[in-house]
Amino acid sequence: MLQIEKVNTHYGPIQALHDVTVEVKKGEIVTLIGANGAGKTTLMMTICGDPKASSGRIVFDGEDITGLPTSQIMRKGLAIVPEGRRVFARLTVQENLHMGAYFRTKAEYEESLSHVLELFPRLRERFSQRAGTMSGGEQQMLAIGRAMMSKPRMILLDEPSLGLAPIIIQQIFEIIEQLRSEGVTIFLVEQNANQALKIADRGYVLENGRVVMTGSGESLLTDENVRKAYLGG
Amino acid sequence: MTEASLYLLQQLINGLTIGSTYALIAIGYTMVYGIIGMINFAHGEIYMIGSYISFIVIAGLLGMGMVALPVILLIALIVAVLIASTYGWTIERVAYRPLRGSNRLIPLISAIGMSIFLQNYVVLAQGARDIALPPQISGGWNFGDPQLFEVSLSYMQLIIWAATFVCMTALTLFISRSRIGRACRACAEDRGMTNLLGIDTDRTIAMTFIIGAALAAVAGLLLGLYYGVVNPFVGFIAGLKAFTAAVLGGIGSIPGAMLGGLILGVTEALTSAYFPSEYKDVVSFGLLVLILLFRPSGLLGKPEVEKV
Ligand SMILES: Nc1ncnc2c1ncn2[C@@H]1O[C@H](COP(=O)(O)OP(=O)(O)O)[C@@H](O)[C@H]1O
Ligand SMILES: [Mg+2]
Repeated sequence: MLQIEKVNTHYGPIQALHDVTVEVKKGEIVTLIGANGAGKTTLMMTICGDPKASSGRIVFDGEDITGLPTSQIMRKGLAIVPEGRRVFARLTVQENLHMGAYFRTKAEYEESLSHVLELFPRLRERFSQRAGTMSGGEQQMLAIGRAMMSKPRMILLDEPSLGLAPIIIQQIFEIIEQLRSEGVTIFLVEQNANQALKIADRGYVLENGRVVMTGSGESLLTDENVRKAYLGG
Repeated sequence: MTEASLYLLQQLINGLTIGSTYALIAIGYTMVYGIIGMINFAHGEIYMIGSYISFIVIAGLLGMGMVALPVILLIALIVAVLIASTYGWTIERVAYRPLRGSNRLIPLISAIGMSIFLQNYVVLAQGARDIALPPQISGGWNFGDPQLFEVSLSYMQLIIWAATFVCMTALTLFISRSRIGRACRACAEDRGMTNLLGIDTDRTIAMTFIIGAALAAVAGLLLGLYYGVVNPFVGFIAGLKAFTAAVLGGIGSIPGAMLGGLILGVTEALTSAYFPSEYKDVVSFGLLVLILLFRPSGLLGKPEVEKV
């Protein structure tokens, strides 16, 4: 579904990704773990073309998307729940969801809307409220709902559990599994790796912009080095 | 009513008239600032060009022997809006878009350059002197007390109010209800995220330039008819006034630009009514300084939405 081949990304003179090669197959949950500043967000954003890869190739669904403008890439069946959620604080919940379905017909919008509101009943309660007035957990649900509104084949999630209460985190992980069961391919970035590796088919470990390890979720969970570095021993 | 209150009423009428046109022009400043955070200093020139085009079209149609004034004005309006919008779009395309992502100061300098260029281009094409148009819409209502003070509300003033009201209502509905309007608001808040939803934000930005230019052209037609003259330099001062109005109301806020325009117009009218009229500009720009010092976010400046 998604092939990232020897991708290098720079911020001005600073190189943030070095020859990163990652593959996500159709229907999989693949997780990317790594310390703060390892380059996880950079990799997610490079897939979206912002920033652009300085070399290497990114193929989505058989099509080379390297170098395409962000807005074109994001119309190909890919959606992102970015780091920090980035909901439109001044827009209502409804308007935020509408923005996610910008290129879809009214009927398609209605269909996705009822699906999202079913998964996130909180959003129905807050429907006409400005997104900025909601709690962090509700905003994260809105960000996921917004991504779902385009009915993507693949969703990128960048630290969706960051700063949330354990019970909300639990809910978010359930939603991610629910998405997979609906056939959506998932690429998930997580800093606290335990839960991510538990639901993931495969995982990659990123260190200083390089992939240093890869394997199935289980094998990474039991790996000595991974346990030491990312799972608190 | 006493003479003083009738006199005051007249000033309010005059002030709301000028204020309406300030508000129309101010929309362009505030929308562009809201979406890309830059002051489009060439915007006043768009207003001036709108005024010129209206004059040229009206004079041309009259010269061709056309007599139906509403038709003439409608054609002038459409042509002025179309051409001014094209200018607005082109300016963004050639002078600002290539500089996107560079230091904030750079597009600002480009904008000032654009403003000077357009002014001189019109000087070369049309001459530097005033061009006059005989009054097209005369008459009005007079009321009050003929013995004391007669208040006049001209048809032209009513047209300015009505046209402004229609434009502002249409704009408000467009921004708050339409799909593109929603994208404009999203883009103003987080352009990168809007892009990540597949929306080509360059087009959204171009759209705000087109809307701003169209409203400036409406103001150009209205004020041109109201004053009956235009010259290549009217854009400079009107632009500064509208910019002041936008800051007064809270730059980035559309209702703010409307309110700021009206307040500024009334303030100016009252100043020139009770003081020598040279003080008018002193007071408006003094107001700008005061706002910047004590309430830089303006009267209706965006309240920060609490992020939890
Ligand atoms: N916009 C930026 N400009 C310059 N450097 C950046 C930018 N964003 C991230 N970086 C740098 O790139 C590296 C990777 O950052 P990031 O991808 O955010 O890591 P992670 O998401 O794993 O915490 C860090 O060293 C960070 O300082
Ligand atoms: Mg990150």
